[in-house]
Amino acid sequence: MWGEYMSSKSVMTLLGSATLALYSSMAFSLDETSKYFHPQPQSVIAQETYDQHILALWICLAIFIVVFGVMFYSILKHRKSTGYKAANFHHSTVVEIIWTAIPLLILIAMAFPATKTVVAMKDTSEPDITIKATGYQWMWGYDYLQGEGEGISFFSKLSTPVAQVKGTEAKGENYLLEVDNNVVVPVGKKIRVITTANDVLHAWWVPAFGVKQDAIPGFIRDTWFTANKPGVYRGQCVELCGKDHGYMPIVVEVMEADKYTQWVADKKKASAAVVNTAAVGN
Amino acid sequence: MSQGTGHYYVPAPSKWPIVGSSALFFLGFGAAFTMNKIPAGYYMLGIGFAILIYMLFGWFGDVARESEAGKYGKVEDKSFRWGMSWFIFSEVMFFAAFFGALYYMRVLTVPELADAEHDLLWPSFTGGWPTAGPGITEKFTPMGAWGLPAFNTFLLLSSGVTVTLAHWALKENRRPALKMWLLATIVLGFTFLACQIYEYSHAYADLNLKLTSGAYGSTFYMLTGFHGFHVTLGAIMLTVIYFRCAAGHFKPEHHFGFEGVAWYWHFVDVVWLGLFIFVYLV
Amino acid sequence: MAVVQDVHGHHDHHPSGIMRWVTTTNHKDIGTMYLWFSFAMFLVGGFLAMGIRAELFMPGIQILEPELFNSFTTLHGLIMVFGAIMPAFVGLANWQVPLMIGAPDMAFARMNNWSFWLLPVAGMLLVSSFFVPGGAAAGGWTFYPPLSAQGGMGVDMMIFAVHILGASSIMGAINIITTILNMRAPGMTLMKMPMFVWTWLITAYLLVLVMPVLAGTVTMLLTDRHFGTSFFNAAGGGDPVLFQHIFWFFGHPEVYIMILPAFGIVSEIIPTFSRKPLFGYSSMVYATASIAILSCIVWAHHMFTVGMPTVGQLFFMYATMLIAVPTGVKVFNWTATMWRGSMTFETPMLFAIGFIFLFVIGGFSGVICAIVPIDIQVQDTYYVIAHFHYVLVSGALFAIFGAVYYWLPKWCGRMYDVKLANMHFWLSMIFFNVAFFVQHFLGLAGMPRRIPDYSLQFADFNMISSIGAFGFGLTQLFFLYIVIKCIRGGEKAADRPWEGGNTLEWTLPSPAPYHTFETPPVIK
Ligand code: HEA
Ligand code: HEA
Ligand code: CUA
Ligand SMILES: [Cu+2]
Repeated sequence: MWGEYMSSKSVMTLLGSATLALYSSMAFSLDETSKYFHPQPQSVIAQETYDQHILALWICLAIFIVVFGVMFYSILKHRKSTGYKAANFHHSTVVEIIWTAIPLLILIAMAFPATKTVVAMKDTSEPDITIKATGYQWMWGYDYLQGEGEGISFFSKLSTPVAQVKGTEAKGENYLLEVDNNVVVPVGKKIRVITTANDVLHAWWVPAFGVKQDAIPGFIRDTWFTANKPGVYRGQCVELCGKDHGYMPIVVEVMEADKYTQWVADKKKASAAVVNTAAVGN
Repeated sequence: MSQGTGHYYVPAPSKWPIVGSSALFFLGFGAAFTMNKIPAGYYMLGIGFAILIYMLFGWFGDVARESEAGKYGKVEDKSFRWGMSWFIFSEVMFFAAFFGALYYMRVLTVPELADAEHDLLWPSFTGGWPTAGPGITEKFTPMGAWGLPAFNTFLLLSSGVTVTLAHWALKENRRPALKMWLLATIVLGFTFLACQIYEYSHAYADLNLKLTSGAYGSTFYMLTGFHGFHVTLGAIMLTVIYFRCAAGHFKPEHHFGFEGVAWYWHFVDVVWLGLFIFVYLV
Repeated sequence: MAVVQDVHGHHDHHPSGIMRWVTTTNHKDIGTMYLWFSFAMFLVGGFLAMGIRAELFMPGIQILEPELFNSFTTLHGLIMVFGAIMPAFVGLANWQVPLMIGAPDMAFARMNNWSFWLLPVAGMLLVSSFFVPGGAAAGGWTFYPPLSAQGGMGVDMMIFAVHILGASSIMGAINIITTILNMRAPGMTLMKMPMFVWTWLITAYLLVLVMPVLAGTVTMLLTDRHFGTSFFNAAGGGDPVLFQHIFWFFGHPEVYIMILPAFGIVSEIIPTFSRKPLFGYSSMVYATASIAILSCIVWAHHMFTVGMPTVGQLFFMYATMLIAVPTGVKVFNWTATMWRGSMTFETPMLFAIGFIFLFVIGGFSGVICAIVPIDIQVQDTYYVIAHFHYVLVSGALFAIFGAVYYWLPKWCGRMYDVKLANMHFWLSMIFFNVAFFVQHFLGLAGMPRRIPDYSLQFADFNMISSIGAFGFGLTQLFFLYIVIKCIRGGEKAADRPWEGGNTLEWTLPSPAPYHTFETPPVIK
């Protein structure tokens, strides 16, 4: 099979189409619930991002088919073994201008919606609730700074047992994506997340909301999201922060407004209790 | 191509590169050891420097001999010019990194740390330049421009003139004038260094301005320090050239060794102007 | 064109044995050493990659503790970039640039030797850092502070290694620039130079532009670590983001340093095996220059998640997307070169076509990364890992393989085993895609990079990726075998083994004599 100058038409065609199929599978795996693709978008920004990605994929696929269609046609037809004699042309200003201009236009078409989304993403003004997320080696600290729940503050740490990591115990369903204290927010409200860090860089990411923001020690950064639907959404720290970088997940629990109010009340009571026992202890 | 033999001069196999590499072997490991308090590091640094000096003498000695033996024609001369120009360009880029850091901290970082947003982290920081930053409380006095630094500017600018006078003298084959102006340049260079050493000790002793004085201290010492290091190199190179002149080297129409050093000296001069303006003046 | 060989040159008495290699000033010897060093480093870096893939074979921690895993990742990146890919290109330049422009040697032959012999020192610093207290650097090949301020001595060794590598690269680049500008044979005008020479000229400019900046950055890191400066420390008025700006001001041009010579190689191979001149030569030159210039103003696309002002995000997004235009021109020109040629598919051609095919996929994922909202989603995930392995492995590395097969007959006068070489191509092609294509989906589905362990939903694709990676690794050992077999006892190669080869090196005998073009050839 590996014949000399292995170039039989069939192998080339086979390989060409196989890889093309593989590549296009990317554009076709649009099944919204696929675990091999974006998690289902749960905010306006995430939805826009998702749509732009699909658009970009289709555009790339189209360019890919045109370019490699031409190239593989040439590979099949213009080969010495079929007795094809080489032409001798070596430039053409007209086609060069065309194939400079067309990609430029395509890029503008892709940049346009992206620009709008960027502007929207950066608009963190007038939030309903502001939460500060502080990265520590290796956990997150949350402080509710403004809005309903103001004053709540807690740490959120990986809750997967070490035994599961070491493999001495079966891994649970949310292996590495579960924490002791979830961040809780109400549905449909604009949540501004302020990030900072205590030691090294971290990054706060929840894919379903389309937010990712580095947490920089000594600096304040912010981002925002508005969740569409109640549910539990999981993400991870995405800036290398040392040994346990893989072990500081983020879990956001989105609740209906009344349930959220209830949660705030419970949380406040619990922390008051802690303060009381501390006072008694003194 | 080249005059004379019709060949480009390709030097015979040489031991100097491997000697240089072994020097860097000792310097690299030695520095890493020293900085981590492993005593062997000091010895390795010592050995490394010794080998490096041996290599520099040997290598440049070979080059000087080859040059005096008339092995370098027009083409080789042009190679040296290209080589030296791009070397100096790379040095410019090295300084650009530090000037860039100064600009960034001063114009972007410090005001940012002092803005309303960052009150959350640094409530009492008001910014302004010079500063040691929001977290370093030790006070210092910045270095003024119009004392010693202005005098140093004068010294270096004059040395730029004297080295040019030396060059003219060389081109007109006025050897005594050549040596005199060269010597004047060297004296100016070393005086500059002496002043800078005095300036540093003054800064440490009287102004409490240290390498650890935050953004200002870091940029001040690193920029002026690397510049001072380059002045030292330049002054040593000028000294070597002086002795070569004294030994009768260089001809009015063939003296790239001299010119290369002069270029380097002008480069050091220009960097100083940048420093004087951006570190001391504004 | 007859080439007169001056075999009685004044510098023909070179030492033999090991001292020949240690003291040599011959560009061919030095090129050979660069190439072997690069391959050795490729095996080391590949070994680390195999460690990474083995740990990621399954969820959970099996063979590498997290800290060691991070060191593996860090050193894998550093060694592949600075130890394998860059030296391979410099080695190719050493061999080919003088041959292709009709020069007797490099402009600074002695310094050329030093550029090479600095590399083993840096390599030793990097590799031995695994064995010092505290272990090797573990902050990623980008060594962002403050994390990189934390490690032990291994980090310092990495910093000094980077200094030395930088010095080597700068000297190498100055040498190449000077050789090209000053030592072309009479009649070889700039616009007659082979594309490989052009791309290297531009690459060398990029090197002198950005390597000193990298040296500056690591110096600041070093003084922050040990001498109390505050460049990257907010408490002192510094900024970790400053580091990222300076690093990527180097780092982005750096990735083009690793692809422009590859473009050059492909631009040599495609016309040769299409038996047709390169389409749009001058637009190729301008495209290369545009890519190089643009590459200096796009660096912050690696930093879309640090929280830049809106205008910053937009500027860097537009500038980055623009690079697709000149790169597209190159791809189209290659296609047009093939169009109505008379093609044959020897191994170099297979690698060149494989290069174009997979590089375009990598380029597309690059453009997708350039779109800010999407990048915010995929930044620091396996999507980015997939992107850059498509441009670096099936880009830079495939081009290097192609170049080796293309010029091996000239270097050692023997032909490689065609069957085995073609098999090397096909196995690489298949395993590469198995290893890295799935990583796109891992990234999109949310798997961060630089993690030793992952949640269960990523398990099956990681396993596929690991299997592909092992296959790809074994295939490269096969490459070593092919090269050794060729040197030891391949068939005798003709002076012009490729019918379509028109550049100067094919006018020389095979193997190329120790000294060539001592009397410059005349180009019509
Ligand atoms: C050889 C190396 C190489 C090359 C050539 C490229 C090429 C490109 N890269 Fe890549 N990149 C890397 C190596 C490389 N990259 C590395 C190592 C990293 C990660 C570093 C790290 O974090 O560790 C990275 C990361 C990286 C990022 C940051 C991702 C992140 O961390 O979030 C981005 C974002 O913009 C990016 C963009 C691009 C673009 C737009 C190109 C373009 O040059 C691609 C242009 C090519 C094409 C587009 C294909 C051909 C064109 C056509 C057929 C014309 C028509 C096309 C269109 C109209 C779309 N790259
Ligand atoms: C520059 C070129 C380059 C090259 C050629 C490669 C080659 C490979 N890379 Fe590379 N990679 C980078 C540059 C490169 N990489 C960079 C810059 C990073 C980022 C680092 C960071 O995040 O800081 C990275 C990160 C990176 C990661 C992510 C790690 C992480 O985020 O934690 C992974 C994971 O799969 C990976 C895999 C591979 C594999 C399987 C290969 C294979 O192609 C390698 C194949 C070669 C061999 C295997 C060698 C030959 C064989 C042997 C030595 C014998 C042993 C063989 C067996 C046991 C089978 N790389
Ligand atoms: Cu925190 Cu990674
Ligand atoms: Cu980039």
